[in-house]
Amino acid sequence: MIINHPLLGPRDAQEFVYLGDARLIDRPDTMSETALDDFHAYLYLRDNPAGSHRELWYHEQGDRSWLVVTRDTTTHEILHVELASDYAKQRGRDR
Amino acid sequence: MRYSAMRVFWEGLTGHAGWKPAWRNPEPKAEYDYIIIGGGHGLAAAHYLAKTFRKSRIAVLEKGWIGSGNIGRNTTIIRSNYLLDGNEPFYEFALKLWEGLEQDLNYNAMVSQRGVLNLCHSDAQRDAFRRRGNAMILNGADAELLDQRKVREMAPFLDFDNARFPIQGGLLQRRGGTVRHDAVAWGYARSADSHGVDILQNCEVTGMKIVNGEIRGVETNRGYIGAKKVAVAVAGNSSRVMAMAGLRLPIESHVLQAFVSEGLKPVIPGVITFGAGHFYISQSDKGGLVFGGDIDGYNSYAQRGNLPVVEDVLEGGMALMPMIGRARLLRMWGGLMDMSMDGSPVIDRTPIKGLYFNGGWCYGGFKATPASGYALAHLLATDTPHETATAFRLDRFQSGAMIDEKGAGAQPNLH
Amino acid sequence: MSQKNRLGGGLIDRNQPLSFTFDGKSYSGFAGDTLASALLANGVRLMGRSFKYHRPRGVFSAGSEEPNALVELRGGARREPNSRATVAELYDGLQARSQNHFPSLTFDVLAINDRLSAFLAAGFYYKTFMWPSAFWEKVYEPAIRRAAGLGRLSTEEDPDVYDKGFRHCDLLVIGAGPSGLAAALTAGRAGADVILADEDFMPGGRLLADAGLLSDQTADSWIGKVRGELASLPNVRVMPRTTIFGMYDHGTFGAIERAADHLSEPPADKPRQILWRIYAKRALLAAGATERPIGFENNDRPGIMLAGAMRAFANRWAVTAAKDVVIFTNNDDGHRTARDLAAKGVRISALVDCRADAPASADFEVLKGAEVVDSRGRLGLKSVKVRLQGGSTREIACGALGVAGGWNPNVHLTCHKRGRPAWDAAISAFVPDPNVDPLLRAAGAAAGIFSTHGALQSGMQGAIDALADLGRRAGPIPLPTAEDAPVNVAPFWHVTGGKGRAWLDLQNDVTIKDIRLAHQEGFKSVEHVKRYTTLGMATDQGKTANIGALAIIAELEGKSLPEVGTTIFRPPYTPVTIGAFAGRSRGKEFRPRRLTPSHKWAEEQGAIFVEAGNWMRAQWFPLDGETHWRQSVDREVLAVRKSVGICDVTTLGKIDVQGADAAEFLNHIYCNGFAKLPVGKTRYGLMLREDGMAMDDGTAARLAEDHFIVTTTTANAVSVFRHMEFCRQCLWPGLDVQLISTTEAWAQFAVAGPNSRKLLQKIVDPAHDISNEAFPYMACGEITICGGLRARLFRISFSGELAYEIAVPARYGDALIRRLMDAGEEFDVVPYGTEALSVLRIEKGHAAGNELNGQSTAAMLGMGRMVSQTKDSIGRILAGRPHLIREDDYRLVGLVPVKPEDTLLSGAHLMTVGEAAIAQNDQGWVTSAAYSPHLKSSIGLAFLKSGDKRHGEVIRVVNPLGGSEFDATVSSPHFIDPEGERLRV
Repeated sequence: MIINHPLLGPRDAQEFVYLGDARLIDRPDTMSETALDDFHAYLYLRDNPAGSHRELWYHEQGDRSWLVVTRDTTTHEILHVELASDYAKQRGRDR
Repeated sequence: MRYSAMRVFWEGLTGHAGWKPAWRNPEPKAEYDYIIIGGGHGLAAAHYLAKTFRKSRIAVLEKGWIGSGNIGRNTTIIRSNYLLDGNEPFYEFALKLWEGLEQDLNYNAMVSQRGVLNLCHSDAQRDAFRRRGNAMILNGADAELLDQRKVREMAPFLDFDNARFPIQGGLLQRRGGTVRHDAVAWGYARSADSHGVDILQNCEVTGMKIVNGEIRGVETNRGYIGAKKVAVAVAGNSSRVMAMAGLRLPIESHVLQAFVSEGLKPVIPGVITFGAGHFYISQSDKGGLVFGGDIDGYNSYAQRGNLPVVEDVLEGGMALMPMIGRARLLRMWGGLMDMSMDGSPVIDRTPIKGLYFNGGWCYGGFKATPASGYALAHLLATDTPHETATAFRLDRFQSGAMIDEKGAGAQPNLH
Repeated sequence: MSQKNRLGGGLIDRNQPLSFTFDGKSYSGFAGDTLASALLANGVRLMGRSFKYHRPRGVFSAGSEEPNALVELRGGARREPNSRATVAELYDGLQARSQNHFPSLTFDVLAINDRLSAFLAAGFYYKTFMWPSAFWEKVYEPAIRRAAGLGRLSTEEDPDVYDKGFRHCDLLVIGAGPSGLAAALTAGRAGADVILADEDFMPGGRLLADAGLLSDQTADSWIGKVRGELASLPNVRVMPRTTIFGMYDHGTFGAIERAADHLSEPPADKPRQILWRIYAKRALLAAGATERPIGFENNDRPGIMLAGAMRAFANRWAVTAAKDVVIFTNNDDGHRTARDLAAKGVRISALVDCRADAPASADFEVLKGAEVVDSRGRLGLKSVKVRLQGGSTREIACGALGVAGGWNPNVHLTCHKRGRPAWDAAISAFVPDPNVDPLLRAAGAAAGIFSTHGALQSGMQGAIDALADLGRRAGPIPLPTAEDAPVNVAPFWHVTGGKGRAWLDLQNDVTIKDIRLAHQEGFKSVEHVKRYTTLGMATDQGKTANIGALAIIAELEGKSLPEVGTTIFRPPYTPVTIGAFAGRSRGKEFRPRRLTPSHKWAEEQGAIFVEAGNWMRAQWFPLDGETHWRQSVDREVLAVRKSVGICDVTTLGKIDVQGADAAEFLNHIYCNGFAKLPVGKTRYGLMLREDGMAMDDGTAARLAEDHFIVTTTTANAVSVFRHMEFCRQCLWPGLDVQLISTTEAWAQFAVAGPNSRKLLQKIVDPAHDISNEAFPYMACGEITICGGLRARLFRISFSGELAYEIAVPARYGDALIRRLMDAGEEFDVVPYGTEALSVLRIEKGHAAGNELNGQSTAAMLGMGRMVSQTKDSIGRILAGRPHLIREDDYRLVGLVPVKPEDTLLSGAHLMTVGEAAIAQNDQGWVTSAAYSPHLKSSIGLAFLKSGDKRHGEVIRVVNPLGGSEFDATVSSPHFIDPEGERLRV
């Protein structure tokens, strides 16, 4: 596969390490009353869709960027690639 | 119709006119007591449910042809060389069922106990093998820890003298081996059918009817079929089917590639796995080297993989046994793996009454087939888990009782 | 030797005679021959035996689809089983042997299977061999395995090397026949980067096999001109002997170049084959078509072959399988073969055409509406039986039969991404799925366009269209005129009425009867038929067999062929040498070797090295007279405890953490607190995974308010860094913190033992006070040594002794170890390796890899209280799940055998004394064990249920694998200095 890195252009997927569903960015609030349930759902439950899937890839043999790649799991077609830090900020993550 | 050497002889003399279909091809009934979705493990479950637990009004629904899923696209290995208490008794139960399978089914699935040898290349690996081998023996399985000399006697063609990661020894399970995978599906189907189970091929489930938290039946491309209990055993597609019941699972679907070489005269005695890379191999009765390695590592429903993993697998192969260099790779294919969050399966009830789930087999489902079917049948028939499958709970991630053989944590592609 | 079946003409070089042997007998051929053409030239029709019935077989095709003529090529360690004679280029001295027979090709005792075939029908083995059950492995299976298989693999290491490479192009043209050549020329002239790959050693494809003219010139002459022009274009790369074997994601194609298979062995230092990963923006499949046979009784005899192959042998290689030939066809292409053969002087005894309206010929007898229904000749065809239009039969003597059943486009690559071919009724064949992948097109015969004119034009158009996708213009180019015969084919798959066996899959011996039987037994889908009968699973993957079987299933099911569908074509297109996928990654080069900065010095000391991941680390340093590793290790351990020792710990991961929020960041990733760590101090830290299990441990040293050095274990250096980047970029992107891995940038040594400070004081520059008061336990700082060399010093200890780790820029690592050893001479300093390191840490009770195996909680490690409940750190929440906070969970303990002669082994399990050694009673296991020279006893660390409450208990250590069982006393895991006083002196 080829991943079109937003900063570096097309790179072979072999340079990357895959983590999984980009929802891992949405880490729950540890102080919530329901933190245990929230973290269970966050860490363990997956939509696992057959189709468009937003997922995390790490450019380990490259610039060490984490990327959010939107890819069709039935065809492997890549629809969109963005920096995970940008995406995380859009999702409200900060510090 | 009973199969036997005499029967084969007689039919040979009389032009094979007497062979009957191995299973019927019935129309779906309006309702069953038990619907099992999935013509893989589901066939085994139906066999035991009908034959052992003496239940009736059972149907197996398969979206394609029986055996077209993972039961027919694996590397055919059976073994019970697990470490953890949640797993080992279950896989040993499976191995015992394999040992009597052909007589039980009256079908030759070519269960061949030629041995499974896991190689180790470091002190830490050997320590882990000793812990595991001892756990196997304590659970009633067989295990032997071999030193390098003994491994060399068994497999002199391995690279002992020029290896980047020298072979230190290995963990051998002699009762492990291989089985003719398609025959397992067909044998279970034929037996289940003979015990009255309806096997409905080309019958794809498209929806579930759930009323007040209770299952009532399934929608299919062949119409609605009512059911008192529904079991889902569709590893690879578990998330898609369970989503019809509104459930999210601790499972991702990944692609695992497998490979076969051209046919060769016998060179490899049993199953051998490399401990310093991703490679395992056996040789089929037809002579093909059957091998595989790691999953591709990304979520996929494509049933095909990519070249980097092919190269990784064969680098391992050449590092381990450089004699295979001049053999040729004949065919590569991909199967969908239900990769679970701890590398172990689920056989359990679900929050929906009457809906049962069997999945999360990672790339180890084939060897489990008899026990998986038996345990699912037990659960369906008695509503209690089979004694060897009590740990395979759906809520274990909530309680923290993971069964994590590799210690890799909640990342499916590492299991 | 005479080449009695050699004809005139052809594209062989008669000035270059070559000699070769087959089954030990010498023959001659010419450059340009394949093994198959050369054998045919010498009158050899019998070349192999089939898989199941061991039927005598000859060459069936002229290309890579060959099912029959498989031989063992070369010898010794270079033996290549199952090599297709039809694609094996002849070279001088070639040796080939026939295979799958005993004792010889002409007399094979296993041909008894053929006599017993009535009892060996499809799937017979599923119905028998079940009794008694133990007989399978002992009796039945070994016999079956010996009989099965094909060629013999050498059991020696493959002596040849293989390379791998990457190539990129705008347009990949797959196949160098008329359409491929036209496409490459079109795109090449337009300036695009083009790769033209063909499996053959000569470009031209079917042009070489057909005798047609292109405009007014021979095909050979036109090919020569195109070849010359392509060679002159710098943007075009022609790759002969290269098979594109698979299509993968995003325009990646797998290709195998047989760089040296046409030589007796590769030139020195050259690869035998090269695996190319080709990244193509667009690809054009111009892979041609494969002819298909027609089923009839005994249609497998040596001498029966595809008619198009006969034509190729005659026109390209100037050979015929026999002097007298019959052609059996359902289409006009069979007539063309007959004409070409007749023109070459081969006698056409008859042309049998199943069509009642077949065209007539002046050159030979055409039997219209007739069918070949049987054949004779066990080791080679003698005659065929023809059923004439009226129903009467006629026996026609012949030495070869050409069968022309129409052509199937080679759609295989269009199926690798799960495309499903579409049925084209006009040519009665499957053509590529038009929607397979926007970057792959098909042209010429591969697209079902069979005339030479059509191939040339569609190749050109395919290139124009592909380049248009890329925004490039390519002009139409002038192409020669060529034959443009319409396809005139009557779908006809097999003759009816016979009682004997008619073969579909020649190699695996699958007959029409087998398909019918499978269907009768309920195996009705194509996939079931394939799996039950083994149809299409041989080395040719059913290239000539599958379509005939599909036709029979369609008949039986009362469906049309497209309704029945096809099985899935998977990569590779043709079998690929396994060694090529590994390339140079084998033997010692399987994985890179990482060497520590002191490696060269350690080698000089005669150190024994061990693989630690990709690192090579010194395991111990034997001295003269030490004959057992334990002597060296015990000495090293005692020397550390008594005076001082030095160990290279460069392999530990080092991560530089900088930024205003560095401390807050570390507070998130470690379970214990780091916010308040003062500058100049180091702290032990435990990282959890988000699931609450221990991930890694190490230290973090605060060099400045905004600067930390984090260390990780060797094994987890990469994964911890990745995890920290995930936390930084994905979870807390607003923190001001930056990370960089500096593992390789710093050489780091542990200097451990009571004299470590004295030793270091000799090299640390006087400006830096490292006295106990000024530089206490867990201090850290940036210093200079040896007169100005910058260094980092950490007062941390893995051994339990007064100890330091000192780091210098990696290029000074070798100099530092030498300086340290010199400076330490007065203290009898020793270097110590990983074995002593391990003994020291077990004595001290430090967890390492065997305890930090991903299955341990902080509590199990005795660090439960370290997990801060007052801050948001990774893993804190899920570490609190009920099962992970059980009081009776495993706890790390120490073990000492009750009897000194007993030796603890890691991996032994623990049982309460008096209870049976079974899984239900399992209390834990030994994680690490060593001989402690300090305690003069075997010692171990173990995880024991409720172990923290069981110190002093005697427990049973069982190792059923080794047959041993003994008692040991449970203790604290800290065998040495549990109060930590030695660390602080």
